[in-house]
Formats: sequence, C-alpha cells, structure tokens
Amino acid sequence: MELTKLTACKAADKIRKKEFSVPELTQAYLDRIGELNEKIGAYITVCKQDAGKQADNIQKKIDNNGELPLLAGIPAGISDNICTSGVLTSCGSRMLSNFVPPYDATAVKKLSQNGAVMLGKLNMDEFAMGSSNETSWYGQVKNPLDYGRVPGGSSGGAAAAVASQMACFALGSDTGGSVRLASSFCGVVGLKPTYGAVSRYGLVAFASSMDQIAPVTRDVADCAAVMNSIAGHDPLDSTSRDYGHEDYTLSLKSDVKGLKIGLPKEYFSGGIQKEVKEKVLDAAKVFESLGAEIEEISLPLLEYALPAYYIISSAEASSNLAQYDGIKYGYRTRQFEDLVDLYKKTRGEGFGEEVKRRILVGTYVLGAGNYDACYNKALKVKRMIFEEYQNAYQKVEVILVPTAPSTAFKIGEKTADLLDMYLNDVYTVPVNLAGLCAISVPCGFDSSGLPVGMQLIGKPYDEGTILRAAFTYEKYTGGNGGIDCGI
Amino acid sequence: MAITKEDIERLADLARLNLTPEEIEKLTGDMETIINYSMNKLNELNTDDVLPMEHVLPISNVFREDICEKSFDREEILKNAPEKAEGCFLVPKVVE
Amino acid sequence: MKSIPGEMEESTVEYEVVVGLEIHAELATKSKIYCGCTTEFGGEPNTHCCPGCIGMPGTLPVLNKAVVDYAIKAGLATNCEISSFSRQDRKHYFYPDLAKAYQISQCDYPLCRNGYLDIEVDGEKKRIGITRIHIEEDAGKLIHDESGNGTYVDYNRSGVPLIEIVTEPDMRSSAEVKAFFEKLKAILEYTAVSDCKMQEGSLRADINLSVRPKGQKEFGVRTEMKNLNSIRAIVRAVEFEAKRQILELEYGGVIERETRRWDDVKGESYSMRTKEDATDYRYMPDPDLYPIYVDQAWIEQIRATIPELPDDRKKRFISEFGIPEYDASIITASKTLADFFEAAAKDSKNAKAISNWVMGDLMKKLNDTGLEPSDIPFTPGNLTKLVSLIDENVISGKIAKQVFDIMWDTGEDPADIVEKKGLKVVTDTEAIRSVIIKVITANPKSVEDYKSGKTKAMGFLIGQVMRETKGKADPQAVNRLLKEELDKI
Repeated sequence: MELTKLTACKAADKIRKKEFSVPELTQAYLDRIGELNEKIGAYITVCKQDAGKQADNIQKKIDNNGELPLLAGIPAGISDNICTSGVLTSCGSRMLSNFVPPYDATAVKKLSQNGAVMLGKLNMDEFAMGSSNETSWYGQVKNPLDYGRVPGGSSGGAAAAVASQMACFALGSDTGGSVRLASSFCGVVGLKPTYGAVSRYGLVAFASSMDQIAPVTRDVADCAAVMNSIAGHDPLDSTSRDYGHEDYTLSLKSDVKGLKIGLPKEYFSGGIQKEVKEKVLDAAKVFESLGAEIEEISLPLLEYALPAYYIISSAEASSNLAQYDGIKYGYRTRQFEDLVDLYKKTRGEGFGEEVKRRILVGTYVLGAGNYDACYNKALKVKRMIFEEYQNAYQKVEVILVPTAPSTAFKIGEKTADLLDMYLNDVYTVPVNLAGLCAISVPCGFDSSGLPVGMQLIGKPYDEGTILRAAFTYEKYTGGNGGIDCGI
Repeated sequence: MAITKEDIERLADLARLNLTPEEIEKLTGDMETIINYSMNKLNELNTDDVLPMEHVLPISNVFREDICEKSFDREEILKNAPEKAEGCFLVPKVVE
Repeated sequence: MKSIPGEMEESTVEYEVVVGLEIHAELATKSKIYCGCTTEFGGEPNTHCCPGCIGMPGTLPVLNKAVVDYAIKAGLATNCEISSFSRQDRKHYFYPDLAKAYQISQCDYPLCRNGYLDIEVDGEKKRIGITRIHIEEDAGKLIHDESGNGTYVDYNRSGVPLIEIVTEPDMRSSAEVKAFFEKLKAILEYTAVSDCKMQEGSLRADINLSVRPKGQKEFGVRTEMKNLNSIRAIVRAVEFEAKRQILELEYGGVIERETRRWDDVKGESYSMRTKEDATDYRYMPDPDLYPIYVDQAWIEQIRATIPELPDDRKKRFISEFGIPEYDASIITASKTLADFFEAAAKDSKNAKAISNWVMGDLMKKLNDTGLEPSDIPFTPGNLTKLVSLIDENVISGKIAKQVFDIMWDTGEDPADIVEKKGLKVVTDTEAIRSVIIKVITANPKSVEDYKSGKTKAMGFLIGQVMRETKGKADPQAVNRLLKEELDKI
C-alpha cells in the first residue's frame, strides 16, 4: 500500500484500525519530500525531527487507546505565511528570511490539538502576492504535473505539495484566489472559507479585509474535516466568528436534487480557454443530470472586481507591510548612514519587485489627494459587487464558474505582462471582495493533460451547501484528487 | 493619469523604499499601467449614491474585557531583533 | 520690544494670542488597548510586551471595552455628544517607537464631539470648546544613549490606551490655558478616567498657538509644540511662543507652519525643521477592527457612574461647609484634596477651621515637599481631631502648629501626641499664679513700666509667662491672673 496516496480521512481511519502507525505514515511523507522537494521546491523548511517527535507522541496515545482527535497522525504542510512557534516563517520573503515567531497561528494550534503532524513550511509567492509562485525569495515552485509550468499562486507550495503527495493536506491562504487558483492548476481541492470563518491570528497579513487561511486537500471530505479542525471564533481575532454549523462533515451528502445553481454568463466569455469553459459546462450538465436546477444568471460587474481588488488589496498591503523596518525582527541592511537610510535600504533590499510595486500602488491610492478618487472609489465598487452577489443569491443557492481562465501556464510566460498575470485572478477575486465562500474542485483535464478547476461559490456562512455540491460531483465523477503526478 | 519618475520617488520616500534607477524606471511604467487600467475601469461606474464598504460583514462592537494577561518573556520579544542591548531594541541615533 | 500682552502701553499694534490644545491622557485601564499586557508604569524595558506590542506579523488587535467606557465618560463629563457610530483608523508614519509603523487612532469618526468646559479667569467666565475626543494607542519610548551608540527602544508603553482631547482655538492667554488645563485635569481625576500623573507622562499637552493683530478675524499662522508635561511648562511655553511670534512679526518676519520643541530647561522653543506638508499619514479604516456603535442605554449606563464634578462640588462646599469661594475652588481642583477636606470637615463642628488648615499649613507642606494630596501622611480624621483640640481649648493655636508638624512626620493621632508630649493647656489657676509671681519678681522694670501706663509691658509679661509654661498656659487665664497680681502691687 502506498501510504501517501491515501486521503486524510482514509489514512486517519486506518491509523485508528492500526493498519499502520503514525511514524510509518510520517516517514513515508518525509521520504517522499526527500525524493521530490528538490525538483518541485514546495517546501522552504522541512521539520524532520519535530514531525518525528509529534508522530511518536500521537502513536503513544493510539497505543494507550486514548481518545483520538479528528486528524490524529495526519501529516500536513503549512504555508510559510502562517506563524509556527519556533519554526522559520519567511512569507517567501528575504525580509522575513530569519524570522522565527514565538507563537503559533490559531489555525496551527488547532491543527496540532487535532493531532495533525506538521511536516514543514510551504513555499509561496512573496507575502502571498502573485498568481504563479514566481515571486518567492526561495525560488520557483514547479507544477508537479509539468515541471515547466507554474503551480498557481500564491499558495503554490501548498497545492504542489498536496498534489505530489508531499503532504496529506495543507493550509494556504486565500486573499484574491490564491488557494483556489493553485488548487485548480495542480488538480486538488481548495476551499476559501467565508471571511471570519477561520481565525487570521498568526496569518501574516497581506490584505486584512480579505485574507483567509484556506485548506488544500485531495478531496472534498478532507476539506470538510480540515475545516472542522480549524474553523471557529478566536478571541484573538476580532473579525473571526462562530456561525452555527461547525460540523462541516455533516454536509458530505450526495444530494443536489432541486439545488439551484447559477451560471453567470460573464464568467464564460472573453479570454477564457476553450477547454476550461467546456469542462465547467460539462460539470453543470452533471449537476443537472443529478437533479440540480441550472439557471443562467448575469453578474455584469465581474470586470470591475479585479481593479477594485488591486486597489483595495494594495492599499491594505502598503499599510500591513510598513511594520517591516529592520528594527524588531527580520532582515536589516548591513550598512546604513542613519535611521532613514536604515529603513529605506532594509525595505529596498528586503522586498522583491512585486511587493514593492504593490506597496507603491497602495501608498499612491491612500495618499492625500488620491484617497477619495481611488481607494474610496474602490470601496464603493466593492459594495456594488457585494450587492450584485446578494441579489444573485435571491435566485440561486450556488454559483458555478471556472476557477481560472486557463490551466497552468508555462513558467515565465506571463511575467512580462503585469495585467495578463493579474487576469489569472479575475474569477476568484469577487469571492474575496464580497466575503463569500468558494471551493475549487477538479473537473477534468485539458488536451495537454493539465487539470481544470471549477469553482462553486456560496453565500457567506454557507460552506455547507458548496461542500455538499462538491461532494456530490466528486462522488459521481470519481474525482481526480491524488493524481500520481507522473513520478 | 500620468505618473512621473518624481511621483515614484516621492512615493518610495513616503514608503521608505530604496529603489535603484532601473527600478524607478520600470516601476514608473508599471504604476501607470496599473493605476490607469484600474481607475479607468472603476470610473466607468457611477458611484455617486454608493457608500464605501470597509467591512463586508455587518458586525460591530467586538470587544475584550479589561483583563491583564501575562506578557511574553523579554527573551522571546527580543529574540528576532537585528540589534539589541540592555533589554532594548537598538536603532541608530534618533535625532530629535 | 513693542507689544507683548500685559505691556500694551508700549505697543503700536495690539496683538492677540490664539491657543488650542491637544491633550493626551492615558486611560486608567488595567490592560492595554488591544491586548492583555499591563499598562503599569515603568517596569524593565520590553517586559510588558507581547508580539502585538512590537508589531510582529500575524498579530491582531482586539479592542478593550473599558477604553470605550472611559472615553464616553470623559466625553460626557466635558459636555460632548457621543457618536452613535465611530471607527478606528490607521495613521501611518515611520518612527522607531511606533512598532507597526501605523498608529491605530480615530480620524473621521471620533467617539465624542462638540463639547466644552467653562472656565473663570480674573472673575470672568468663558466657554472653551472641545472639538473632539478620540481613542488611540500610545507609542513606545526612545531612550537616547549619552555615549552616542544609538537609541534604545522600549515598547512597554506601546499600546497603552489614550484619549486625545482636541479643543477649539478658543484660549487667548496663558491664564486661560492654565485654567482650562487645570479644569480638565480635575475632571479626568474626578471621573477616574486617568490618573493624570504628569511626571509619568499620563497627561501631556500639545500647544497650537498663533498670534494676530487684535480685531483681525483670520487666524495667524500657527506653530505646534508637542508633549508638554507640566502645567508650569505649558504656561511658560505659551508665554514664550506668543512673545516670540509677536517679535518675529514686529520685525517684519513671517511665522512658519512648523512643529517646535519646547526646552523647559532653557525656557525656549526651537524649530524642529519639520515641514508640515511633507507628512502624509495616509489614514485608512483599520480592516482588523469593526466599528463601534454606542446606543443610548450604553451612554446612560456610563452617565450613571459619573461622580459629582468639581463645579458642583465647589458650590456644595460653599453652601454646606460655609467656606469662602476661593478656598472652595482651590480645594475642589484636586479630587484627592477635596476628598480629604470633605472627610475631615463632615465630622467637624468647625469646617471653616479645617479649610484654613488645608489652605494654609497643609498646602504649604505639600508645596515644600513636592508631594501630591494622595501622599498626605495622616488621616482626615486626625485633622478633625486637631481642630477640635483647639476649639475645646485642650491646646493653644500655637501648640497646634507643633502638633501638626509631628502629625505630618509620624502620622500619629494628635490626641496621642498632645498626651505623650504633655502639650495640654495648663488651666490650673494656682500653678499659673505661681509662674506669674515668679515672672513679676524677675522683671521689676516691666512692672514699673506697666504701672506708669505703658500697656506694652503687659504683653511682654504675658510672653514671659507663656515662655515659662512652654506655651501651654491657657492665655485667657494668664491674662486675668496677671492683671490681678499686678493690681495687687
């Protein structure tokens, strides 16, 4: 039995049945990392020793027939923008290339309480800014299905690790589509929870009004299980909250009869790859055949979501990234003349180009004279988009769209054209702007054998419905989680 | 909206970013592209009667009680400091 | 020198000073505004800190409810409207004491607006407007190393809650500034919103000051002096800066819109060479914090906790204890002193005497020692007792001053002191008479003077008797008996 092929739920079950031990499973993953990480570059840090110790501790509990939490013994990877006590948390940036936080993110603490074993920290676009994982200080993550292609981003390491079986599941972050885009490019499942569902405490902030920690898993059931472990109100995060149905696994029912699914026509036109459109429309037919009611809807504000997102996220980023000044922690330039010189050189050297670009955009739109015309304008458009979705949900329960306009593109293909690169996020950013939840699920392959992802978008706090729809689809089609990556 | 090299230099100064001449050159063009694309697009929409939306969820009055908790050990607080002395973070002389 | 307020007779142009204040008060919460670290003053550097206090990545603010309660209380006590909607914003600038490189404050939607305080200067009443009161976090502290190795940063104070009280530019003299500031300080103390310890930086003021020819409607160009931390410094800074600006204008200069630093040792302000227009704080609503809605029920709940304020207490002291208005204003300006007075006076038959003691000997002791009213080493009850010892003729007024000094030093009960030291008035007629006879015998010259009609000699003889009895003899008895004895001669 190839242990790393098992989903989290299946592996947890077999651990309970003592078919194999936690140290065996952990070692299988560590071996896999040893074999593949050099080629794929998914991990920045591998916690070999700590993972071994954690595995031993959990096995002891199992041997003593102690009560086992949900994810007991399941090896996971954590994106490097999620703080882990005593373990480097670099955010994919030179700026934090020596930062070892003295605290765990709440989500990490909860995973650990639920028995998960942390394998290490995953590569990502610098400060989660990027769609292709080409901006990391630690180098490019490669798509496990084609090393010449990007894994998507910013949580490229998370998606690549799960797809290549270097982690049973992973936590990434989703500010503008990061986890969904990467999951779609790598053929795995990624869920962007409703804003506030998962505590942001310990998630290094990019755009605070939209950031969410997000699970990347092999299948939908794992996604629900991970959500069960990490969601809920945290007194350390004012924006987090409980909203009732915390047992996400209750939604794992194969039933979409009468479910009203909306297909917004704007998401299927313009620069979309033909095969992507076909596969998602095929999925709609599957839902229809299973009893769902498919309805064409219109969300004409789609084209305004991306510019609003860039203005708002850059403004917040320029604010959030001001604290990296070379004084309290992180990178500090070697030579400087005075305090201002220290600041400017530290930040000039510590940040990469994409981060600097967004800080400048943010500084511009918040500046005296531009605030109303730019930032406030974007906040108004945000409300219009929010209301457009609210109205749509009067008619339908779920919105079905592609996750990205294309499948994984070649490394370097889009670095020359900023807007072309930003357009990768065109279908994912409305969800973050409007505070919705969405899940990206594989729905086939294009002619080059690259996975296509579809997105099921739900109302705020309605993860239950999108999980149920995704689960039903996956059950019917067999899914393509746990791809063998041709290794 | 035209964005000049001088604009970029002023913004970089405000954001405390050292930029090389090449970076300034490139970022001037990039910024113009991004800002113009974004603002031209957004300005197609009439938002006269729309209120800005800071928070997407209608939540208010989130508080904690006034209760003291143990602070961190100073060692932990200073552990990551690039330069420290006498229990403090050390910075170049600040002229007031 | 041409025209300085107070020296108007020499001026060709008469100038008017215009002052507005921005006052920062640390709130009396136990924990910081956004985390559970203590607000206690001092402590070893960086020991009252958590990752949030030093702006570590991933940390988040959670607002301390008591901060809002205190700010509402301050607003109500200064006649403000309490905003039903208010919001927290980020104010960005780089400085080593500001850990996150932004300060969480309130920009467009402060908690309180449109208040005022009434002051009185030289018998003239005046209303000073309060533009707004908002909540914000304090920054850390920079310690400048003499040896020049660098600057040390201590973040213990980072995140201590503040209210900033912004006044209208309504003050026209240093006396008005002083009166307003003292009034505000008293209110903050009465409401226990802040401990107002100025020497610890709990209360500090920024002064915005301009001058203009009297009668001119437009304001002059203003300068700002930051972080003045004593009333004396505030008064001197206002006087100096007004004089400086007037001189500048008189000699054809212009006033720069700038931040100036007040050097209290040298007694002058100097330019910090910061251009105001260079700062762009890029305020934005803080996405980590939800808005604050204050409803009427909340306001009423806070209103119910506001104690009697200085003005009302002053009126009550005058009517209830019959003390002079002047005494009442001085005593009620400090809550602790007023509490002390009231506790002493309510059990006394002679509140006026209590007030005299407080205004006289007690104030002098506090001034001489530099102590605060909270440091008074004896209880109010002891002062009550001291006054009744005098009134009941157990000790003389002169002896009472000795007893007071001992009370100050030891905190002992005045009755015990009198007992222990044998300071009671001697009323034993025969004992006094024998001293008198002794004095008469020893001073024949004075007796002769008295007999020849020089009444002054009587005073001298009484003094001698009091001296012999160490001041303990009942003066009335001495007077009567001495007359009797002299008349016998």
